[in-house]
Amino acid sequence: MPAVECTDLVLRYGATTAVDGVSLQADAGEVVAVLGPNGAGKTTTIETLEGYRTPDAGRVRVLGLDPRAEHRALVSRIGVMLQSGGVYPMLSPRRALELFRGYYPDPEPTDALLELVGLRAVESTPWRHLSGGEQQRVSLALALVGRPEVVFLDEPTAGVDPEGRIGLRAIISGLRERGTCVLMATHELTEAERLADRMVVVGAGRVLAHGTPAQLAEAGGDRPSVRFTSRAGLDTAAIAAALGAGVVEDGNGTYTLDTEPSPRLTADLATWLADHDAALVELRTTASLEETYLSLVGSDNDKPDGDPAPVRRRIRGTR
Amino acid sequence: MRPLLAQVRAETWMTLRRGETLLLTVGIPVVFVIFFSEVHVLPTGHESAVAFVVPGVLALAVMSTAMVSLGIATGFERGYGVLKRLGSTPLRRDRLVAAKIATVVLVELVQAAVLIPVGLGLGWRPAGHAGAVAEAVLLALLATIAFGGLGVLLAGLLRAEVNLAAANGLYLVLLLLGGMLVPVAKLPGALAAFARGLPAAALSGGLHATLGGGSTIPTESWVVLALWAVATPVLASLTFRWE
Repeated sequence: MPAVECTDLVLRYGATTAVDGVSLQADAGEVVAVLGPNGAGKTTTIETLEGYRTPDAGRVRVLGLDPRAEHRALVSRIGVMLQSGGVYPMLSPRRALELFRGYYPDPEPTDALLELVGLRAVESTPWRHLSGGEQQRVSLALALVGRPEVVFLDEPTAGVDPEGRIGLRAIISGLRERGTCVLMATHELTEAERLADRMVVVGAGRVLAHGTPAQLAEAGGDRPSVRFTSRAGLDTAAIAAALGAGVVEDGNGTYTLDTEPSPRLTADLATWLADHDAALVELRTTASLEETYLSLVGSDNDKPDGDPAPVRRRIRGTR
Repeated sequence: MRPLLAQVRAETWMTLRRGETLLLTVGIPVVFVIFFSEVHVLPTGHESAVAFVVPGVLALAVMSTAMVSLGIATGFERGYGVLKRLGSTPLRRDRLVAAKIATVVLVELVQAAVLIPVGLGLGWRPAGHAGAVAEAVLLALLATIAFGGLGVLLAGLLRAEVNLAAANGLYLVLLLLGGMLVPVAKLPGALAAFARGLPAAALSGGLHATLGGGSTIPTESWVVLALWAVATPVLASLTFRWE
C-alpha cells in the first residue's frame, strides 16, 4: 500500500477547475516533489490529501485512510506545513512546540526539534518577530512534532536562505532514512531536483510528466547536445571549424554545439578556448532537467510562439 | 484530555499576556468602578453610585472578555491561518471550542477577583439573599455563551481588521445602551425598548436586581439572554469559515 495515493483527482472552485485529473503516489521512505508554476494546482492537491478539501471526483488515500471521512484517525499520523502562517504570532518557537507537543500521543522532545531546525538562538522570540525563513522553520518543526509517517510540505523553501536550504535537505534526508514519506509542493526546480527521489510535474491542474530527476531530464531532450558558457562574442565560425560541428551563440556567452558529446570533443573545446584565452565557465553535455521542465510547463501554459524566452522569464518570476 | 489542557494553558497565557486585552478586560472596568463611584455624574437616582456601578461594570467585564477579547483573537487566528493549521492536528474542533470557553471563564474569574475587592473597598455592599451570588453566576455564564457566540459569529464572517473594528464598535454601543453605566430607564422610550432586547441590558439588569436590589433576577433577563445564548452560537457554527 502506498503511503499517499491519489487517483484522477478533480477539484473545482466554482467555474474554475483547479485540479483536473491528477494521479500520483508516494511510498514510505520516499520524497516526492509536486513541481509546477503557481496556479498549477499543487496546493489544492496537497490540501486535499491533508483533508482540507473534498474532491469533486477521484479517490485520495493517505496511509490507507480517507483524509476527510477518517480525518480523526489520520491527523495524529501526518505532519503538515502550510504555505504560510499557521502559527500563533505571540508564541515563541519553544512555546509553539510545547503547545503542539500536547496534541500528540508520542511527541518529539522540544530541544531536539529546536536543534534540528536550527532555531536554538531564537527559541524565545515571538513568531511575529522572526524572519521569513525562521518562520518557515517553525512551521517545519511543528509538522514534525508528532513523529509523522507522512509529511506534507507546501513550498518549504520559500523565503529560506541558502543555509536554511542546506538544513532542510539534511532534515528531509533524515526523514527518508526513518521511512517517512515526504510529499512536497514547490515551484523551484533546483530544490525539487536536490530533494526529491521522484518528481510529478503539474501544469493547469494536470500531470505533465513524472519520474526521477534523471528520467525527466532524458525525456525532454530530443537528443543530447553540448552547451558551454564562456566569454561573449567568441568567433563561432572558428570554433565550428576546429570542432567540426555547428555552433550557435544564444547570447551572453552561452553556446550550443550541434553535435553528440564525446571525450574528444570536450578536450578539443578546452584546447581551443585555452588557445584563445577564453575561460570555460560551464559545460553541460547532457540534456538538462530545466529544459525538460520548461518545455513541459511552457508548452502547456504558453501560446506556441516558438520563443522560449518569455516562458523562462515568467516561470522565474512567479515568486 | 491532554490536547484540551495544552490548548487551555496556551490560550490563557496568550490572553493574559496581551496588553490591549488586559486594558479592555481589567484596566477599563477598574477605572470605571473607581471613577464613577467617586465622581457622581451617573443618573443613578436614589441608589448610591457604587451600588449601581459595580454590578454594571461586572456585566461590562463579561461582555469585554466573552465578546470583544474572544472575538478579536479568534478573528486574527483565522486570518493568520492558525485555525486552519489546527485542523490538521489531533486537537479536535469541539476541544478547541471548549478550550476557548474555559479560557474566557478563567479570565472572568480574574476580573471578578480584581473588580469585587475594588468595589468592596469603595464601600459596595452586595445586597444579600442567600441564592443571589449563585443566580448572578448562572446569569453571567448564560451571558458568556451569548456574547461569546456573538464575538465568534463576527470573527467567522469578517476579515480580521474589520472584525476588530466591528467588535470595538459593538462594545461601545452595548456599553451605552446596555444599562451598564446609564440605566436603561434613562434612554428615550423607543431606544429603551430596543435596548431591553439586547443581551447587554438583560445581563446588567439581572445583576443590578440581584446584587444591587436584593431581589431575584427578572424573568425577562433570563428569557432574553437564553434566546441570545441559543441564537448566536448556532448562527456562529453555521456561518463560521475556518480559513
